Amino acid sequence: MTVLERTAEAAAAKSGLVMEDREHHLFRVARRAFVEEDVLEEERRQIFDRCWLYLGHGSEIPNNGDFVTRSVGGRELVFNRDRGGAVHAFLNSCPHRGATLVREPRGNAIAFQCFYHGWAFNVNGRFASRYAEGNYGEGHYSGGCADLVATPRLEHYRDFYFINFDRSAVGLSDYLAGAKEYIDLVADQGEVGMEIVGSDQRYFIDANWKLLAENSVDGFHGVPTHSTYFDYLQKVGGVSMGDANNRFRGAMHDLGNGHAVIEYPSPWGRPMARWTPAWGEDRREMIAQQRARLVATFGQERGLRMAELSRNMIIFPNLVINDIMAITVRTFHPLAPGRMAVSAWALGVKDEDERLRALRLFNFLEFLGPGGLATPDDVEALESCQRGYRNLREAAWNDISKGMPRGADAHTDDEEQIRCFWREWDRRIAGGWA
Amino acid sequence: MSAAPAPGPTRSDVEDFLYAEAALLDDWRLSEWFALFAEGATYQAPTAGAPEDDDPTKSLFYIADDYVRLRERIGRLNKKEAHAEYPHSRVRHMISNVRITGVGDGSSDVTCNFVVYRSKNGKVDTFFGHSLYVIDWSGEAWRIASKRVVLDMDMLYPGKLSIVI
Repeated sequence: MTVLERTAEAAAAKSGLVMEDREHHLFRVARRAFVEEDVLEEERRQIFDRCWLYLGHGSEIPNNGDFVTRSVGGRELVFNRDRGGAVHAFLNSCPHRGATLVREPRGNAIAFQCFYHGWAFNVNGRFASRYAEGNYGEGHYSGGCADLVATPRLEHYRDFYFINFDRSAVGLSDYLAGAKEYIDLVADQGEVGMEIVGSDQRYFIDANWKLLAENSVDGFHGVPTHSTYFDYLQKVGGVSMGDANNRFRGAMHDLGNGHAVIEYPSPWGRPMARWTPAWGEDRREMIAQQRARLVATFGQERGLRMAELSRNMIIFPNLVINDIMAITVRTFHPLAPGRMAVSAWALGVKDEDERLRALRLFNFLEFLGPGGLATPDDVEALESCQRGYRNLREAAWNDISKGMPRGADAHTDDEEQIRCFWREWDRRIAGGWA
Repeated sequence: MSAAPAPGPTRSDVEDFLYAEAALLDDWRLSEWFALFAEGATYQAPTAGAPEDDDPTKSLFYIADDYVRLRERIGRLNKKEAHAEYPHSRVRHMISNVRITGVGDGSSDVTCNFVVYRSKNGKVDTFFGHSLYVIDWSGEAWRIASKRVVLDMDMLYPGKLSIVI
């Protein structure tokens, strides 16, 4: 049987969109999965309505009364801290007639009031308007029908808040599974915690959302797509790329539930804590102190792992925490099969020395974000894939087979971490297809 | 008694300079564009929606280049491997509302509005906002001492800032 015949046969299983043939080391994904509206509808029901979705970081609402608005899983939400300090996630629709209640991206409030008819709410979600007798029955005040509607589930791990629209979903801790260890490697970097630093980067990509999930943990594309970034690193950063055969040798870990990480030694500098010559001698000592603190606190092995190694992690379905030349937290949501909205943040150490904070932000932008020296080429790659899928009637499959003969001993520039994502995607989508 | 003429260039002089700068960008003469910058100059773009006086050492920007990184940004864009801009997109900068907002010793603070169109792959991207310049006119040739591109958009709809605004 030829490869193409095997593909057709194996694809009959599960969703019909992902086919894995371990015997022949073949893993293929149907390009239909990136372009068809009914696939997206199924994703909304089976994935976005049922998985834990990243909402925000607790540091974004540090004070009682703080709020931010968010679009998550196709919903419009308010993420806030009430007057007693409790954290909430409300659907940002007035219970009265549905108008958007909170229309500022962030702020501090002692109450929310709808501009349309004036219904008002305490920031804990309780209906707070009081009208003269005869306007409303008693149930309106005590029955909850006029209170803000909260997301069915809201939980956090190490200040990363997640929501779930499925009341019966497993708890967040079980869902995150092995990803918790890698969140810890980030969350433990600050002595008094971590925080989102300043503004977010919000942008759009004309590509299917799953292309960014793949790209965010794709070690294979790094050198070919980002050769100009590596040229920059060598020229200005004073770093050596090393032997091509040993470049980025690290490990890939299947973290369960579709989550995966690659962890590897990298050529770039890391504010926490790997010095690079471009940063100058004056910062060398500061970085050395950070490194020494990590080792003193967490021991030689874990401390150096935190300081030295880079990590790209996908938490299924749409959260990326990449601890690379800076730490970025990135989430993305489909608007259409061929378009997604991306939100990205820089995560830094709370109470960080201002020189290190400046370095962290400067270093972030050398690679990351829509104006970085690398991310724009990722956006271009994703959009060019989406354009390429116009040919799917004749060219129907993506190949994600790299490294399969290596089995569990996957390299970081193999595609096993991407296969972890797709196996979970397939499992969840297959559950919903007739 | 009439007031002494204000020191420094006139708005018309500044407009000529900004139009010439824009033409270099539209023509992808990026090395010549970079040569307009003074040594030690900065080139910055805060995130859409951020305050125009945001501080890149405290808040996340899109671009916060020092002179060296700006040079390398341009060096990168001149390569075929800068994939987002190879083949080059077609670009047109519209500059208006030029104002001189301050005059110092040998330099002027200048603001202008911009609309930049970029087209590629059947898609038109529109960037709009205003720019804040410090233009050093003390030497023989004028030099840009700093340029801050402030996008007056609530989000970055085009998805990337792969061209120079």
